[in-house]
Amino acid sequence: MIVQATDIHKSFGHNKVLKGVTVEVEVGEVIGIIGASGSGKSTLLRAINGLETIDSGEIKVMDVEVHDRKSAHRVHQYVGMVFQQFNLFPHLSALENVTLALRKVKKLEKGDSNELGMAALTRVGLGDKAKSYPQQLSGGQQQRVAIARALAMQPQVMLFDEATSALDPELVGEVTKVMRELASEGMTMLVVTHEMGFARETADRMLYFDNGVIGEEGTPEQIFTAPSSPRLQQFLHRVLEK
Amino acid sequence: MNSWGVIWDSRNLLLQGLLATLALTGATIVGSTVVGFLVGFGRYRRIPVLNAVLRIYIEVFRGTPLLMQLLFIYFGAAYLRWDWMSIFLASFIGLTLFQGAYISEVFRAGFESVPLGQREAATTLGLSRFNITKDVVFPQTLPVVLPPLFAQYLQLIKNTSIASVIGYAELVHEGQAATNLGANAFDVYLVLAAIYFIVSYPLSLAARGLERRIVNRRERVA
Repeated sequence: MIVQATDIHKSFGHNKVLKGVTVEVEVGEVIGIIGASGSGKSTLLRAINGLETIDSGEIKVMDVEVHDRKSAHRVHQYVGMVFQQFNLFPHLSALENVTLALRKVKKLEKGDSNELGMAALTRVGLGDKAKSYPQQLSGGQQQRVAIARALAMQPQVMLFDEATSALDPELVGEVTKVMRELASEGMTMLVVTHEMGFARETADRMLYFDNGVIGEEGTPEQIFTAPSSPRLQQFLHRVLEK
Repeated sequence: MNSWGVIWDSRNLLLQGLLATLALTGATIVGSTVVGFLVGFGRYRRIPVLNAVLRIYIEVFRGTPLLMQLLFIYFGAAYLRWDWMSIFLASFIGLTLFQGAYISEVFRAGFESVPLGQREAATTLGLSRFNITKDVVFPQTLPVVLPPLFAQYLQLIKNTSIASVIGYAELVHEGQAATNLGANAFDVYLVLAAIYFIVSYPLSLAARGLERRIVNRRERVA
């Protein structure tokens, strides 16, 4: 077990976002997470890597107790995250974006960090864009740089928080392609997504979030072809119609 | 002797006044930038009690006249028998606190202009708080902060003239001395205005140049 989240509760003010969520992830598993906005999907990801403190429950990633505020920061060495809005550093080139943490966190020499950085950029098909600044890149390219930036730190788990939601439709494919490759290489991934086709093909297991709880869980086959709860049926009907 | 003759004869006086103005300006630019930066950063981090204290500081020094602050510090120190308090020091402290209050808001706005997602992305990469601030937030703050910062410096040059009230022998103070020697006040202040302009204008140009460079860089990148 690489990620173990047990009975997670989280409120923002009076708004209960997570009401007892339990998720266990095995090494190499790809978990697709779907659900309406506000159902708690993103909050779970953010809790897993300590960006959000939880009210109760336990989260363990590798040997790190993330719910313990004192050790929570250690989770970042194992978990990489990709955001909906890319969050690239605009004042740094693509390569500098990828190498910043290699130099500042892993304390690598410039030569070594550049080598690893170039390898990461090449892996996402952007070896030729190393010197470009984020503003010079398309949304899809920016998101691939963001993936490379996370991968360069050699995480054990990758979290994708609606990584393609801010992209123009024609740019979604280049990002999901990189994610598919990662999955096929055996990366453990938790993927919050609205791309149902991608989830169906790539995920080993699907979680359907409904109002702060996991409403349904199963293989993509079960979730997409034989959803048991009416809520999930309605949800799928709504998103697949679009 | 005619008025212009007196002014010419007072040229050393005026030059000393100018040097005193420049000394106070230079010291205060450094002082108020340091104070403004620290206070702005403290406010940005929203540490509960500290934040309240800093807000009080800002409101007090922005809400009262600089003239009164200088008088308060200088005569307050005399009242407390702080013999080490010189006119220069009182002027420097007063101006630094006054301008620092404004500059802190410039820095705070700059820090807050950096989206939260930047900090979060850096956090998930494992960067320390110090590195996040130094390598991710500060560099993005600079283009936002520089133009209003220079505007503050321009204000500051002119505000040093108020130190003449507590007897600091800067430009205006020495100009008054020249009028006491018999120069026409109108002529003297015309000269002073010209000198202030000559000092301020290059700074104004520098500010505009910097701004243009930043905008250019943004456009080149976009």
